[in-house]
Amino acid sequence: MSRRQRRAALIVAGVAVLCSAALLVAFALRDTIVFFHTPKEVMEKAIPPGKRIRLGGLVAAGSVRRGEGLTVEFAVTDTASTIPVRYTGILPDLFREGQGVVTEGVLDASGRFLADTVLAKHDETYMPPEVAKALKEQGVWKQPGEGGRAR
Amino acid sequence: MITELGHFALILALAVALVQAALPAWGARVGDARLMAVAEPAALAQLGLVALAFLALTRAYLVSDFSVESVWANSHSAKPLLYKISGVWGNHEGSMLLWVLILALFGAAVAVLGTNLPPTLRANALAVQAGIAVAFLLFIVLASNPFTRIPVQPEGRGLNPILQDPALAFHPPFLYAGYVGLSMAFSFAVAALLEGRTDAAWARWVRPWTLAAWMCLTLGIALGSWWAYYELGWGGWWFWDPVENASFMPWLAATALLHSALVMEKREALKVWTILLAILAFSLSLLGTFLVRSGVLTSVHAFAVDPRRGIFILAILAVLIGGALALYAWRAPRLQPGGLFAPISREGALVLNNVLITTGCATVLIGTLYPLALETLTGAKISVGPPYFNLTFVPLMLPLLLAVPVGPLLAWKRGDLPGALQRLWAAGLAALVATVAAYAAVRRGPWLAPFGIGLGVWLVAGAAVEWTTRVKLLSASGAEAMRRARNLPRSAYGTALAHAGMGLTVIGIVATSAWQSEQVAAMKVGDRIELAGYELTFRGVAPARGPNYQEQVGLLAVTRGGAPVAELAPAKRLYDAPRQSTTEAAIHVSAAGDLYAVLGDETRDGAFVVRAYFNPLVRLIWIGALVMALGAALSLSDRRLRIGVPRRARRASAVPAQ
Repeated sequence: MSRRQRRAALIVAGVAVLCSAALLVAFALRDTIVFFHTPKEVMEKAIPPGKRIRLGGLVAAGSVRRGEGLTVEFAVTDTASTIPVRYTGILPDLFREGQGVVTEGVLDASGRFLADTVLAKHDETYMPPEVAKALKEQGVWKQPGEGGRAR
Repeated sequence: MITELGHFALILALAVALVQAALPAWGARVGDARLMAVAEPAALAQLGLVALAFLALTRAYLVSDFSVESVWANSHSAKPLLYKISGVWGNHEGSMLLWVLILALFGAAVAVLGTNLPPTLRANALAVQAGIAVAFLLFIVLASNPFTRIPVQPEGRGLNPILQDPALAFHPPFLYAGYVGLSMAFSFAVAALLEGRTDAAWARWVRPWTLAAWMCLTLGIALGSWWAYYELGWGGWWFWDPVENASFMPWLAATALLHSALVMEKREALKVWTILLAILAFSLSLLGTFLVRSGVLTSVHAFAVDPRRGIFILAILAVLIGGALALYAWRAPRLQPGGLFAPISREGALVLNNVLITTGCATVLIGTLYPLALETLTGAKISVGPPYFNLTFVPLMLPLLLAVPVGPLLAWKRGDLPGALQRLWAAGLAALVATVAAYAAVRRGPWLAPFGIGLGVWLVAGAAVEWTTRVKLLSASGAEAMRRARNLPRSAYGTALAHAGMGLTVIGIVATSAWQSEQVAAMKVGDRIELAGYELTFRGVAPARGPNYQEQVGLLAVTRGGAPVAELAPAKRLYDAPRQSTTEAAIHVSAAGDLYAVLGDETRDGAFVVRAYFNPLVRLIWIGALVMALGAALSLSDRRLRIGVPRRARRASAVPAQ
């Protein structure tokens, strides 16, 4: 093979790999991504039950009820709307009423959110960026660290 | 006073870096040896000054000087000594200072060890290295100064408790040594482009630095993953989190660069590609720094949520990456193309490696940046999680891993594929046996998983076959094989070890992902759950007190078939400062895997939620990474690869390896 043919073979092989990768990426991005919504958006957009989404907001004050077993019920709010959530399992360390939270799961037919994942936070001042942004838009954002964190 | 001295040293280092970035490069251009000679003392002075600044900051942490903002915000007088030290880089400002310290260290290493380099190449490389230092020193001095003073505070706010951990104390230094080590490849690539020529000697120079960086990066990522596994209490070891991807992408690029630099060194081929890869590898390191430090992604790593800093790092990114790529577009066509090779050859195999790894890296990049791009463009907020990466990255790696044992058995220039496959029959057999055995032993989980185990065994056995072929263990006499084994270059052992380590990691990943079992239960005293052949009996919860935390310790008695095996004590801790709770998983390690237990909240009726996992062979993931790093270390100790060996010495010892 001449230099030219070899180079052509190389380029064809490279393009073939790139094309298959592009196909995989296009396919995966269509099917595997999960959209993030605030309670208000969930109410407005009529998200079909069974579609996997992330729901984020604040854990509504006074809403956390632990069941007999592993099930925990609470409500996620962005102050405009509130969605009841049911979750079975261990809650992250910093799960608290009034704190930001992101949950992942599906809506059931009655409009309740069945979460299978409650995202852990690493730090008490941490606010999931989506939640922070949504809360800012709602006008209820409070800068983290405000209110006596510095002792 | 000492703090101000450190601050002053930092500004002085910036001035020195400016000189080092300008004069030697100018000298190389006009051919003035005196100007070029400035680089060496400047690089050493820069290291001295940055080290002084770093020591000053470390001292402030050690004596708990709460008039320094960074110390006040991230330390506490009652913190154990190790975490006072690791607290220096456990925050944004200090970690950037560590970044620059390592950068200066690499620059000084070139100045000291690079006496055999062509003078213009050395001057240019050191100038580029100083250019990077200027950008980051400016960033530190202007936008994230660790020496900022505040009115003295009585007590510090403490370090985030999940960062108070031995693995995490060493995770950042290793990771940064890896990130920043790739700056050497970058500086040499830009220097080669400035000179308009590059050759095998260039690759011989760049490869050890890349190898050292790759080794540190491997260890840093492994430490981070190990920490996430036992500290975060999720029972997982990798989450395809954007910050993890930020460190994984440079690792992939560095892996590709190692292999393509090999082709360039041995055959003078792939020059233009290798230079590009060197630029890209460091660009991905910078991108990683940007993603992690800018606050674009919020996570445990995002210390900085100050948008000004993000824009500053973005500007550094644009100037360095954009500048290097523009220079590449301008000068790369001038580089002479190198040796020819057939598609089936060692070079061909290494090209395949490069194509697949860089494509895989691109899919990771897309998965990491797509949410950011989509939100910027449409406002829609999405998350790209493990399913995406399993669908894109994993399929691309499968052919690569299949090809790994074949590559080293192919000859340079034109290889004999049937011959290589024939020599690998034993490895193929081992892989087949492992596949069947895995299927017979488990009989559940995804049907592909046993093939994954077979793939891992194929890698390990393939590395063994490569070694036995090289030393003619089976065809020559014992004494001859011994002699060959002794004379085999250490880099050959390094390659075999690294490939075998990859195989171990693959086995660990496949086994854990496919066959992890999990139990969650609300347990009262005396309750029992069964998991993977173990019985776990809950014995209750007791309070305890640590040096700077209070904890609730659960006790689980573990038995197997009635015989006691271990006691697990998972805990929930509440730290004094900051008042934050953490989960401490309890892990019982055995050859078959890890029994992993986490204590959850108390339920209304007085039971405790307990989550237990069995993670089969999970340790192999990190053992494999260690073996890979060991392979790199062995290669680095090879006389022919050693940094600073004169060029002629290599030719004298260039015995054919096969």
